[in-house]
Amino acid sequence: MPDNNPPAADVSRRSFLLTSAVMASGAAALAASLAPLRHLGDYVTPEQFLQKYYKELTPAEMQKVLDRITREVEKQYQVRPDVRDYKPMNGVEFVYCLNLTRCIGCRKCVHACVGENNQSRNPEIQYIRVLKMPHGSMDTEKGDHNYAPASVPEKGFFYMPIQCQQCKNPPCVKVCPVKATWQETDGITVIDYNWCIGCRYCEAACPYFARRFNWTRPSIPKERLNPTMSYLGNRPRPQGVMEKCHFCTQRTRQGKYPACLEVCPAGARKFGNVLDPDSEVAYILRTKRVFIQLKEELGTSPRFFYYFDV
Amino acid sequence: MSLGDKIRNYLVFLVRCGRIAFVGDWRYYAWMGFLSIVILLGINAYARQFVNGLIVTGMSDQVSWGVYIANFTFMVGVAAAAAMLVIPVYIYDNKALHDLVIFGELLAVAAILMCLAFVTVDLGRPDRFWHLIPGVGQFNFPGSMLSWDVIVLNGYLLLNVHICGYLLYCRYLGLRPSKWFYIPFVFLAIAWAVSIHTVTAFLYVGLGGRPFWNSSIVGPRFLASAFTAGPSLIILALQVIRRVTDYQIHDRALLTLRSIVQVSMLINVFLLVNEIFKEFYTRTSHVASSQYLFFGLHGYHALVPWIWTAIAFNLVSMALLVLPLSKSLRYLNIACVLAIVGIWIEKGMGLVVPGFIPTPLGEMVEYSPSLNETMVCLGIWAFGILCYTVFLRMSIPILQGRLVKETEPA
Repeated sequence: MPDNNPPAADVSRRSFLLTSAVMASGAAALAASLAPLRHLGDYVTPEQFLQKYYKELTPAEMQKVLDRITREVEKQYQVRPDVRDYKPMNGVEFVYCLNLTRCIGCRKCVHACVGENNQSRNPEIQYIRVLKMPHGSMDTEKGDHNYAPASVPEKGFFYMPIQCQQCKNPPCVKVCPVKATWQETDGITVIDYNWCIGCRYCEAACPYFARRFNWTRPSIPKERLNPTMSYLGNRPRPQGVMEKCHFCTQRTRQGKYPACLEVCPAGARKFGNVLDPDSEVAYILRTKRVFIQLKEELGTSPRFFYYFDV
Repeated sequence: MSLGDKIRNYLVFLVRCGRIAFVGDWRYYAWMGFLSIVILLGINAYARQFVNGLIVTGMSDQVSWGVYIANFTFMVGVAAAAAMLVIPVYIYDNKALHDLVIFGELLAVAAILMCLAFVTVDLGRPDRFWHLIPGVGQFNFPGSMLSWDVIVLNGYLLLNVHICGYLLYCRYLGLRPSKWFYIPFVFLAIAWAVSIHTVTAFLYVGLGGRPFWNSSIVGPRFLASAFTAGPSLIILALQVIRRVTDYQIHDRALLTLRSIVQVSMLINVFLLVNEIFKEFYTRTSHVASSQYLFFGLHGYHALVPWIWTAIAFNLVSMALLVLPLSKSLRYLNIACVLAIVGIWIEKGMGLVVPGFIPTPLGEMVEYSPSLNETMVCLGIWAFGILCYTVFLRMSIPILQGRLVKETEPA
């Protein structure tokens, strides 16, 4: 490229016009390439954009946020939700125990969870994955994710539902670059959907395939919306953020059982406060000779235990 | 000279650099026009992704990172490779490469800009980027390796911008650069170059649930492959520069780089052999991802042709590089192209994607990039090449003494 750098004084009228024409067509081409942004809609409002980090919100600010979310949900679904920020209870550490002898693989828990937690129906997001496992193996790589026989259970197989294991050493929390996911005092790992930047590092870090990403704007039929909502739980999520099982914070922090437990027809699911010696889960962990933490060798220390009837 | 004069001089320098970026012969305009069109197509594809979400890519909950992160990883390596020009010059006092260091550093700047673009397009909520700014958002440092990456990449960008900018400005003014003002930064940048690629490797290595990545050889392999592909790219770039400009670059300099690529490629292939042996000789259940990558698993084998192409390219390139044949530029160029393509495949599709297949629960879901995703990638590549072209367009006249203070218009 020869170097003919003309002094500014030499800029002729002709080259000025040419430059203007090039600039104008460049600007037009840029505008044309940005055309898809016309369909942006209410991608983000100024209040959403400026919202502070969950742990820095004062109670008054939190109330404003909850009011705003109420308005947003009402506008989108014509349903008035009851959105609250349920806090962990003192002296509570939640634990889940799942009886592999009893589970029949009916996947009722999967669908109850979707309904309770306002997951997107299209594309459908599910927090629980049930594996059909060959007799005798706990190696998930041998499991069948897409089993669809006329009826369950099938002979020679057992069924293993897997959801967020609510680890004591959660890899997802460690890797999050913006602290958008953390472990609460009751052991539940939660996500602030208004803080997550959607890098999906946590999804890569999770050894249990428990985390899900909103690849597009979630869609929920308004008649299916569950209006009892928690901020760190089942309120509708925006596009581009992570979500996962949160032990139904909107239920369990009010002393109810998670939806997956209530719907289970086989009684395979047990849930409770492990710090309470009289709880069912404390009894199971005290008396069962064998129970399993999935991928125990990874040091994640799940609060989700698989056990068997002997 | 008063401070006002100094500021004025610097502003004139910047304006003249900016102006020259828009001036050239018809080949320059055609080239820049072509790159601009590809960039606009990329912006268009990204605008579509911004509105509809990452669903327009080929990624899924099972394979949650794809070509964006693959290209990011590759470009971090290219950026780090600038150190391979700096080390011979500043540590071993190599004369042949002395004047070419700046071209390597400018390439690093362009590569880092591409890296930043590739991570940004991968974000689900790019509007929330400010959550990552230390002091303003919530920066999970030192816990998250991604926060380390933010620091080392931006730091490396600043270091290289400072070194190149300072040296070029001194040339422009006709002053001898003050050693204290850049030599410490040059040495810092060498260590920093190693750190950017090590940290990027640790991003993967630190994930205990992904045995394919959770291996201590990933870091060394990253560096070896980067120090192969990066200098290869520089060998090709320097030849383009001397062809399209009248800037003198001697074959001696290219052959010095050849010996760097030679050694790096040998180490790169050696480390690959180590990894393959460990995986396939022991055949623990952790072999699944490698099995999928090299031979296919449970009837899925989308990556098999890719990885064998990469291995064939690497081996042919290595053979050419160790033979005296590649002292001829024609064969050296073939070896460089094969090395770049081979390593791009191996580090992109070959490292990122199989880490997700099978999933930690053993599910098999394959990945291939969508058209929209590919367009975004091409746009970013064009953006990086455009940046590098502009940097060269500004720096070559300065180095040749044509764009200097004396020629300043009245």
